[in-house]
Amino acid sequence: MNKSFIGYGLLFAALLAAPFVGAYPVFMMKLMCFALFAAAFNLLLGYTGLLSFGHAAFLGGSAYMAGHAMKVWGVTPEIGLVLGTATGALLGWVFGVLAIRRQGIYFAMITLALAQMVFFIALQAPFTGGEDGLQAVPRGKLFGVLDLKDDLTMYYVALVIVAAAFLLIVRTIHSPFGQVLKGIKENEPRAVSLGYDVGRFKLLAFVISAALSGLAGSLKTLVLGFATLTDVHWSSSGSVILMTLLGGLGTLSGPLVGAAVVVALENKIGELGHLLASITRVEWFNTLGESVTIVTGLIFVVCVLAFRRGIMGEVIALLGRGGKRAEAAGGGH
Amino acid sequence: MSVSLPALLSQLLLGLVNGSFYAMLSLGLAVIFGLLNVINFAHGALFMMGAVLTWMAMNYLGVNYWVMLLVAPVVVGAFGILIERLLLRWIYKLDHLYGLLLTLGLTLLIEGIFRSAYGVSGLAYDTPDALSGAFNLGFMILPKYRAWVVVASLVVCFVTWFLIEKTRIGAYLRAGTENPRLVEAFGVNVPLMITLTYGFGVALAAFAGVLAAPVIQVSPLMGQNLIIVVFAVVVIGGMGSIMGAILTGLGLGVIEGLTKVFYPEASSTVVFVIMVIVLLIRPAGLFGKEK
Repeated sequence: MNKSFIGYGLLFAALLAAPFVGAYPVFMMKLMCFALFAAAFNLLLGYTGLLSFGHAAFLGGSAYMAGHAMKVWGVTPEIGLVLGTATGALLGWVFGVLAIRRQGIYFAMITLALAQMVFFIALQAPFTGGEDGLQAVPRGKLFGVLDLKDDLTMYYVALVIVAAAFLLIVRTIHSPFGQVLKGIKENEPRAVSLGYDVGRFKLLAFVISAALSGLAGSLKTLVLGFATLTDVHWSSSGSVILMTLLGGLGTLSGPLVGAAVVVALENKIGELGHLLASITRVEWFNTLGESVTIVTGLIFVVCVLAFRRGIMGEVIALLGRGGKRAEAAGGGH
Repeated sequence: MSVSLPALLSQLLLGLVNGSFYAMLSLGLAVIFGLLNVINFAHGALFMMGAVLTWMAMNYLGVNYWVMLLVAPVVVGAFGILIERLLLRWIYKLDHLYGLLLTLGLTLLIEGIFRSAYGVSGLAYDTPDALSGAFNLGFMILPKYRAWVVVASLVVCFVTWFLIEKTRIGAYLRAGTENPRLVEAFGVNVPLMITLTYGFGVALAAFAGVLAAPVIQVSPLMGQNLIIVVFAVVVIGGMGSIMGAILTGLGLGVIEGLTKVFYPEASSTVVFVIMVIVLLIRPAGLFGKEK
């Protein structure tokens, strides 16, 4: 616990210093939004054992809500974020109530289908801007005083929000509530026989995860100034699964690492392709930038077949600090 | 609101056509899930492969539609057998979720490869000569091709139903679904049966793809929206019964067609709305058994 505390302290310090050592703030903020999204998702899959295939709806739905509120209603950013988070929570409650009626694989299919419904609504509804999305959302002034137009100011505000949300997730996992979730994940009938109302615990975990995904979505709109159909498309749900799986299911740091790798890959894969092409002289690599899905598909297959612990899961196992225990108990680092 | 009878009937027919695809795809998903415990996310991508392979054979090799109706399922089925032997077999002992994730990865891979070759725009695809044109039934115009799709899918669905419910091979399959270890103890080669089942289910998807090609726009992404609707169909029907999968598929296609006539805005979401209602009233699905 102490060592990982130092680790997160160092990470936070590095993020504080990042803009001064040449990192591009907007890219870093995008990264942080997805890291939060993945961490929220991991709360559900890694710690409760529920595979939601509908998290795109929470990310995208709240991105639209926050964007609409800030652009059309002209509310201040903090109200926009609150409204977005509430949208995520509400959608999460509706999805959860329905999906929890079935288990396992059906749970995944139901959440996927519901999210697809949200996608079609976003495609047709008048306030989402259809194919173009919601463009030119103003950043405004936080609490009416702090102007967020400056990227650096925005960066530190985003950092504080994401760090606070991450602490909330850590706190949830280590709370008695989190322990019950782990208990449900490991053996649901046992949790039932111990007298826990499993359905209620699952639902609450689902709502928390959806709300935090909503926070990530609205923060992303605030930072980038737009909300588009890409966020609500099922491929977003797929990519958050990939982030969590690649980073390490049921580890605290895994989703952060996974999100960083996946977002960096999606953004820089073209350059990587050109580099590979110049080294290997294989012309095809130049088109790698358009073939992100091939690469992500490959990573998926490799992760499932040979790399199920994920990057951080392997690191924890390597460090030998109870790697097996972390896997069995759902981690703690 | 007044709706003319021919318009209504033609939407109904279109609904039946879509319903046939839902039926064939959910049938394949149900058969595969029964034996492999894997939800085959790649079903949509393999459906697309059937259609695109047919397009390629017609354009590059001049092979005709009827040949491809047989060849495409065989090729895709063989590809499915490869997938099962090389990849899926390693994950049967793991949580079901990994099956979904692995086939999701395969979907991205397959679609990505076809996308880098053909982009995302539609590929032109002609209806075979023998099936172009329409019958004039007096009260409506019945395009020959659509009638053919419905008839061909119904025949395939019922043959599958017959195979599984009424023959000896089907009995092994059903027994394997219930208790694979016991069936294996009786000397049945269960791993082979699993491989062939996956190949068959996937071939069914490819057959649907070939049939769909002249009606739905052929593109590398044609499978991905369809598969999500089919998932909803599977949730509505429950995967317990073969006939249930067929009837649910057809029925939902028809309802979707009718929605296009009476309230077009809802036509893309109606299946999901029905799913929600079914979940509230009968969580196990219309034909499902509570496990």
